[in-house]
Amino acid sequence: MIHLSDVRKAFNQGKSNEFWALKGIDLSVRAGKVTVFRGPSGSGKTTLLTLVGCLARPTSGRVRLRDRDISGLPERFLTDIRRSTFGFVFQQFNLLKGISAIENVMIPAYPLGRDRKELSARAHALMESLDIGPKAHSNAEWLSGGEAQRVAIARALINDPEVVIADEPTANLDSERSQQFLGIVETLKASGKTVLMTSHDPLVCDTAVVDHVVTLRDGQLVETR
Amino acid sequence: MSVWLHKQRNLLDFTLSSLSRRRGKTLGMMAVYTAIVFVLASVMLFAHAIRQEAAVVLAKSPEVLVQRMVAGRHDLIPARHLDAIKAIRGVQSAEGRLWGYLFDPAAVANYTLMVPTNPRIEPGMVVIGDGVVRVRSADPGDLMSFRAHDGTLVQFKVDKAIGRDSALVSADLFLVSEDDFRRLFGIPAGLFTDLAISVRNPREVAKIAEKIDAALPDTRIILRDEILRTYESVFDWREGMLLVLLAGSILAFAIFSWEKASGLSAEERREIGILKAVGWETGDVIRLKMQEGLVVSLSAFLIGYLLAYLHVFHFGAGLFEPVLKGWAVLYPKYRLTPFVDELQVATLFFFTVFPYTIATVVPIWRAAIVDPDTVMR
Amino acid sequence: MRKSDPFLLLAAVLLALFGASFVDAAHEIGKAQASLDARAEMVERLGLTDLVLFTEARYTRHPSQADLHSAFQDHPFAMDHFPSGSLLPPPLLKRPRS
Repeated sequence: MIHLSDVRKAFNQGKSNEFWALKGIDLSVRAGKVTVFRGPSGSGKTTLLTLVGCLARPTSGRVRLRDRDISGLPERFLTDIRRSTFGFVFQQFNLLKGISAIENVMIPAYPLGRDRKELSARAHALMESLDIGPKAHSNAEWLSGGEAQRVAIARALINDPEVVIADEPTANLDSERSQQFLGIVETLKASGKTVLMTSHDPLVCDTAVVDHVVTLRDGQLVETR
Repeated sequence: MSVWLHKQRNLLDFTLSSLSRRRGKTLGMMAVYTAIVFVLASVMLFAHAIRQEAAVVLAKSPEVLVQRMVAGRHDLIPARHLDAIKAIRGVQSAEGRLWGYLFDPAAVANYTLMVPTNPRIEPGMVVIGDGVVRVRSADPGDLMSFRAHDGTLVQFKVDKAIGRDSALVSADLFLVSEDDFRRLFGIPAGLFTDLAISVRNPREVAKIAEKIDAALPDTRIILRDEILRTYESVFDWREGMLLVLLAGSILAFAIFSWEKASGLSAEERREIGILKAVGWETGDVIRLKMQEGLVVSLSAFLIGYLLAYLHVFHFGAGLFEPVLKGWAVLYPKYRLTPFVDELQVATLFFFTVFPYTIATVVPIWRAAIVDPDTVMR
Repeated sequence: MRKSDPFLLLAAVLLALFGASFVDAAHEIGKAQASLDARAEMVERLGLTDLVLFTEARYTRHPSQADLHSAFQDHPFAMDHFPSGSLLPPPLLKRPRS
């Protein structure tokens, strides 16, 4: 579904602190599967995730989504693709403080101009399915780590994306909560979503639900299984 | 269309949410903003209304006034000048006016004494303005006495009072008969304070003024146009003292709001990153911030303007009274006719709402074009 | 009830009041016409020249007139009387004749 060929990414290009985070990646992500990018911190796995998720463009190389080359598209089209195709669960969850959980969930849908009633019904349904229904009207900063993550997942799903991208989803969770998260991943997979994660948590990499593990080191692929 | 509408309303919802997150800051901002609009609008409404009032009311004041000057000072004018003036072609009528000031030690106030010719006042009687009624608590039938120029006592009986309706032109008037006026001040017959002249053809006023000036070199001439112009410049809002005094606070507010509106905190920067990461376009983010600016500035403008309107036209511009009143004892109680200049209101709108909105948008523009992947780093 | 409802309602009410203020102004002017006319008539009948706004002193009572006590003997050029003097520039006709 997503194909990367010879993708490189540099930060601060042309300056004295130029740094190549990715040094030529060839990779295919298959639809409907769960893929984990594994590697030590600084190995480039998060950068890879941003390129796959259309959050950033590669310095060189191609990123193809289905049959479309998206590596050269201008910002506006990328936003469009990102909004309809990808849902993001960030490591720090990145919920907006001071507003309720349900509003946080609905944020990605606002610019699409959907009917408020439908939208709020859908957000409620999503939160129910993730067992955080009762927290819908709590402010985001009052939620526990696990709850905040599930709100973030609900937010990622509000626009019904094909691909869910999670950056270090278990980094801030204890084992029990991590297991719960993997349970959610399983339901996502069962409903036909493609899931992409970064993680160096063995608990994640070695679960049955994960189909592929891609190992990175120093911006290069080391192992794909 | 409905998609567009839903989108705007959704954005507005979010705008209000994000404003209410910083409730203290937003409300404080709006309060200061409203106060500024209120004061500015009050000054503008008041100044325009009073200028308009003067223009309407004084439109029928004497067309030409002739005063005598002696050694560069105003002096009483002899009645024989009337004949010289009446001889000038185009002069319709000319008559001597008697007026002056009388200090009343009982009220510590100055009255404007005048001798009306139509209708004439009976000797010993007086018609008083509303301000005089108030400072002396005088009723019709009451007696008031004053020391004349030679120390003798002159007594007046209040005939009637002039209604409060016209207080703006008559509050301190003290209308007496010609005999009483001359006795009070020791002005012999044949001398007047000044001469009022009316002209047959209004377009010839300047011409006739020139002729009078030539015929009577010891006089100075005041035209009605000059009277009207005097009141046009009084309270001219650009020259208004209040605005000058306010300029400092307006500038302070401008700096304050620029700082508040344009200073992006790290928190706000992060939020913009999040919004972009979850699929907002740069345009949506800018629209959001613009709405925030509009919500604050539009509400502040409307509330401030409405309060100012009520203040000036329905509560007698109470805040300006102390400023205008100064040491005056005889300040008139008047209600301004609400002459509103729409163009002025539009100007106020433009200069209060737009700068603020723009001040909110400019820094966002710079922040919103950052790459959305910053939130992942 | 969504958040924009009360705001839009408030905005609509404020806008309506804003519009109403102009209607009110027009209405009040209409109502005041009679007393405006009466004032103008009184000005004409008595030959009045000034508004009773600066009654604090003899020399400020009639800014448009010069009299025995006036600060502005030839024109209001001397800006030395607060607050009237600060508001009054000299009339054009009274500037030095050339």
